Amino acid sequence: MSEGNKLVRMANQIATFFHSQPASEAANGVATHINKFWEPRMRRQFFDIIDNHGGEGLDSLVLQAAPLIHRPPPAEVPPAARAGNAAAH
Amino acid sequence: MSLVPEIDFGTPASRSERMVTLTIDGNEITVPEGTSIMRASMEAGIKVPKLCATDMVDAFGSCRLCLVEIEGRNGTPASCTTPVAPGLIVHTQTSRLKNIRKGVMELYISDHPLDCLTCAANGDCELQDMAGAVGLRDVRYGYEGDNHVKARSNGEINARWMPKDESNPYFTYDPSKCIVCSRCVRACEEVQGTFALTIEGRGFDSRVSPGMHEHFLESECVSCGACVQACPTATLTEKSVIEIGQPEHSVVTTCAYCGVGCSFKAEMRGEELVRMVPWKDGQANRGHSCVKGRFAYGYSTHKERILNPMIREKISDPWREVTWEEANAHVAAEFRRIQYQYGRDSIGGITSSRCTNEETFLVQKLIRAGFGNNNVDTCARVCHSPTGYGLGQAFGTSAGTQNFDSVEHTDVVIVIGANPTDGHPVFASRLKKRLRQGAKLIVIDPRRIELVSSPHIKASYHLPLKPGTNVAVVTALAHVIVTEGLFDEKFIRERCDWSEFEDWAAFVAEPRHSPEETEAFTGVPAETLRGAARLFATGGNGSIYYGLGVTEHSQGSTTVMAIANLAMATGNIGREGVGVNPLRGQNNVQGSCDMGSFPHELPGYRHISDDATREIFEKLWGVTLNNEPGLRIPNMLDAAVEGSFKGLYIQGEDILQSDPDTRHVSAGLAAMECVVVQDLFLNETANYAHVFLPGSTFLEKDGTFTNAERRINRVRRVMTPKNGYADWEVTQNLARAMGLAWNYSHPSEIMDEIAATTPSFALVSYDYLEKNGSVQWPCNEKNPQGSPIMHVNGFVRGKGKFIRTEYVATDEKTGPRFPLLLTTGRILSQYNVGAQTRRTENVVWHEEDRLEIHPHDAENRGIRDGDWVRLASRAGETTLRALVTDRVAPGVVYTTFHHPTTQANVITTDFSDWATNCPEYKVTAVQISPSNGPSDWQIEYDDLARRSRRIRGKLEAAE
Repeated sequence: MSEGNKLVRMANQIATFFHSQPASEAANGVATHINKFWEPRMRRQFFDIIDNHGGEGLDSLVLQAAPLIHRPPPAEVPPAARAGNAAAH
Repeated sequence: MSLVPEIDFGTPASRSERMVTLTIDGNEITVPEGTSIMRASMEAGIKVPKLCATDMVDAFGSCRLCLVEIEGRNGTPASCTTPVAPGLIVHTQTSRLKNIRKGVMELYISDHPLDCLTCAANGDCELQDMAGAVGLRDVRYGYEGDNHVKARSNGEINARWMPKDESNPYFTYDPSKCIVCSRCVRACEEVQGTFALTIEGRGFDSRVSPGMHEHFLESECVSCGACVQACPTATLTEKSVIEIGQPEHSVVTTCAYCGVGCSFKAEMRGEELVRMVPWKDGQANRGHSCVKGRFAYGYSTHKERILNPMIREKISDPWREVTWEEANAHVAAEFRRIQYQYGRDSIGGITSSRCTNEETFLVQKLIRAGFGNNNVDTCARVCHSPTGYGLGQAFGTSAGTQNFDSVEHTDVVIVIGANPTDGHPVFASRLKKRLRQGAKLIVIDPRRIELVSSPHIKASYHLPLKPGTNVAVVTALAHVIVTEGLFDEKFIRERCDWSEFEDWAAFVAEPRHSPEETEAFTGVPAETLRGAARLFATGGNGSIYYGLGVTEHSQGSTTVMAIANLAMATGNIGREGVGVNPLRGQNNVQGSCDMGSFPHELPGYRHISDDATREIFEKLWGVTLNNEPGLRIPNMLDAAVEGSFKGLYIQGEDILQSDPDTRHVSAGLAAMECVVVQDLFLNETANYAHVFLPGSTFLEKDGTFTNAERRINRVRRVMTPKNGYADWEVTQNLARAMGLAWNYSHPSEIMDEIAATTPSFALVSYDYLEKNGSVQWPCNEKNPQGSPIMHVNGFVRGKGKFIRTEYVATDEKTGPRFPLLLTTGRILSQYNVGAQTRRTENVVWHEEDRLEIHPHDAENRGIRDGDWVRLASRAGETTLRALVTDRVAPGVVYTTFHHPTTQANVITTDFSDWATNCPEYKVTAVQISPSNGPSDWQIEYDDLARRSRRIRGKLEAAE
C-alpha cells in the first residue's frame, strides 16, 4: 500500500469514529484530531490529495473537516539544496 | 553501608481503628484491636522467640516457641495466635517459659544437622538465632534414632532422608534442614496464591512437598521466591547465596521488568549482587515478587553484553569497536550531514520505557532542543498510547486512577484484555488474595486465562469474546446497566455533564447494542453478559483492570473510552476499591509518557502547540521549539520508506522485534543512512544499525521509574556501569558532541529540571523521595503528599465526559484463505522481546514460543501437539510448534513473541488504532498448516542476524 493510500485510510478511520459522535462536533473533531497529531509532511500529503486529486478516497466527513485543518508551511528546503541552487546561479 | 533493616513483627498488622492498652514485661503499650501479643511485644521492642511466625502470613501457632504467660489466665498460650485485650498483663520471660522453650528447641535440633559453619544460611538462620536466644547448650538425643538428617545410619539406609532438590535453577530445597514450620506452604498460599506446596504425611513423617511429591521444577511452582524468603533455615536457599555467601550491604531499588514496579533490596557483597529480595515497605509490591524481578537478573552480566561503542559504514560490514569520543563525533557529524542534506525534520529518536525518567527526559530534550524537531516517540506507541488518549478525553488525565493497595477494598473486579498472572504477577497475587476473601471476578478475554479458574479462584463470569469485539461487549454491558436502570444517577449528576450522559445513555440504549444483538458477532452469550453487567453495577466497589488486549486494536482508544464510560456510569471513580486501571507493560511506560516522549506533547501531557508551555522550556533551554507535532514511530518508518526520514537515535528499544509488520519496519530501517542503537545487547534492530552505543542496566545507574499507579520510585546504582557510562551520561555526551552545553553531574539535577517545568511533578526531588520512599503524581502544592487516588473531588478536566462508542469491525477479517484469528500475549517467565529473560535461566520454563490451537482446529488440519506448523497471514509467514489446548476457543490461535526466531510480527499487519496508530497486534487473520521447518524468511533472517553480529577481531557471538 502506498503512503498516500495509508494516509487516506488513517483519515477515514478517524472520520469513522466521529461519524458516531453528535453531528455538531463531528467535522471539528476530525480536524482537531489531525491538527493535534499529524506532522506537517503528513498534512502536506493530505492537502495534496485534496488539492490535486480531488480528495479521492476520502470520507465525506474528512472533506467536510478539511477547511478546518491547518495548512502546514511549505516543506523546508534543505540547506544542501539551497547551497546547490546558489551555486547554480 | 549496611543491610537495610527490616523488622519482622511476627504477625500481620491489624486494620482496626479501636485501640487496646496492655502491659508486656512492665511496659504499657497501645495497639489496634486484633493485634497479636507477639506483634504488640515487637512494637514495644520485645522480641518473643519464634520460628513458625512471620508477618507476611497469618499466625499458625505450631512451633510452640513463642509461648507467654498472662496473669489470670491458665497455661502458656502462644503469643502469635493470642490477640491483645484491654488490661492484660503479659510476661514473655519466666522460668517456666524458659524451660519449655529450651525443651522445644532441643527437640528441633535433635533432628537437624549441626553443620552450621558450612551451611549457606550461616549468619541468616532463625533456627540458629533461636537456639542462641533460648540458651540451648546441649542436645541429649543423638542421631542414632529415627531422623531426617543423615543419608545413612549404622551403615543402613535411612529411608527418611531425602536428597537435595536442585531442579529449580534459582534455589534449592534441602529436606534434611526442614523444621516443618509451614512458612513456605503458607507463603505459597497466602502471599503468592499458587498453592503449589503442601505438607505431606503426618507426625514425624511430615514433609514439605511441591505438588504430589514432585521436584520443584515439575510442580505447579511459579518460582516467585516467597517460600525462599519465608524459610527460617537453609531448607530453601537461593543458589546465588550458596555460591557467593551472605550479603554485607543492601540498597533499595526498583525492578526493571513490568509496570508493577516492585521495590527490591539489592543485597550485595562489594559490587557483586548476591540476591534481590522484595522490600516489605515497597508500596507497589508489599514485600512480594515474581520470578523475573526476584531471580532473572543474570542478563546484567551476560557474556553477550556489548561494552564498547561500535561503528560500521554499511550494515553489511562487520562492526568495528571505537572509543566513545569517536562514536559520538561520528553520530554528531552524520546527523548534522543528514539534516544539511535532507532538512531539519529528516532525523528523530525513540525513548525507552526501560530507561529512567531522567534518561527519557534527556532523549526528548536532545531531539526537541538539539535536533530542532519533535520527531520523538516511545514504545508506548505500540502498547498504551490509546490509554493516554482515551483517559485524557474522558477524565482529563492520561493515567490510571488508583494505587495497587486499592485492590484490597474492591468488591467486583473486571479484568479485560489482560493476563495478570503472567504479565503482572505481583499484582495478580494481590488480586487473588482479595478474591479469596470473597470479591467477585469478571474476566473478558478470548482465552481462558488462569484467573478464570485456578486453585481457590473462580471467575463469576468469563466472557470469551471474539478478538476485535471489545467495543461491542463493553457497550453492551453499558446497555444493560442503562436500560435496567442500574446506573448511579447521584454520582453522574454531581461529577459528570448530565446532558452528555443523556446523549450517551440514549446511544447505548439502542436495541442494536443489546447483548442479544451483539451475541451474533462477539460470541458472548447474552445471558452471561447480562449477569456480568448486573454484578458489576450492583456488587459494591467495582474496579476495572485492563491491558494490551484492550489497547492493541484498531478501536483501542474507543474501548478505553467505553471502559471510562462504564466506570462513570456506575459511580466507580474517586475512592478506594474502584477505578480504571491500565496494567502497564514495561517498567517505565508511564514515566516515558509523562516525560514528553510523544511527538505532540511536552512533559506533563501539554500539547506542543501551547505557547505558554513551550515558553517555559524555551526560556530554560535557550532555544526556539517547533510548534508542530512530530512523527510517530509508524509515521517515521513510512517517511523513511518514502525517502524524507534518514536518521534515528533509538535508546533501549527493539522496534524490529516488537513492532508489527516486520517487513515494513526493516524496509524503513534499511532506507535510513544513520541508525544509532543504544542497548545492552546487539538486539534485532541493531541488525540495521550503523552505530551501536552500549547501554547500562538498572543496577548500574541512579534515577527513577514511574509504575502503573503513577508511583515515582527510586532506582539506585549498586555497581559501576560495565560499559563505562549510565545511559543518561551516554545521551549527555552525545548531546555535547552535537554542540549542546549540557552539564548534569547527577540524575537528581535532571529531576529538578523536570520538577521546575512540569506542574504535576512540582514537589518531586531526590530529597523528597529519600524522605518519603516514593510518591504518586500529581505531587505539587495542591497535593503535597502525592495522589494515591485521582479524581477524588471531581475530575481533572472538570466534568467527566461520556463519549459515544460505536463498534466498528476491524478491516482485518477472516475469510476462506485466512480463517483463524491470531492473538498474542506474554508468559510469566519471559518478558517482552526476551532480550533480558532469554539471557537468564528463565529459559527452562519457556525455551520457545508455541502456537496455542484448539483441538478441533488442530484435528481439522491434521496437527498434533508439538508438530511444526506454518502460520501465514496477509503480511507474511513463519513457523513454530503447536500446543493443542482448549484454553483458546475454536477459531482463535494464540502465541507469545519472546523469541526472535519465531518472528511473530512477520505475521501481524500494519493496521492500527484510529486515534493513536497503536498497532493492531491482537487480531490477525491467519491460516495454519503442517510444516517441515523454518520459513524462507526465518532462514534469511537468521543469516542476516548472524552476519550483522560480526565484530572485527572477535569470534562470532554465540547466539
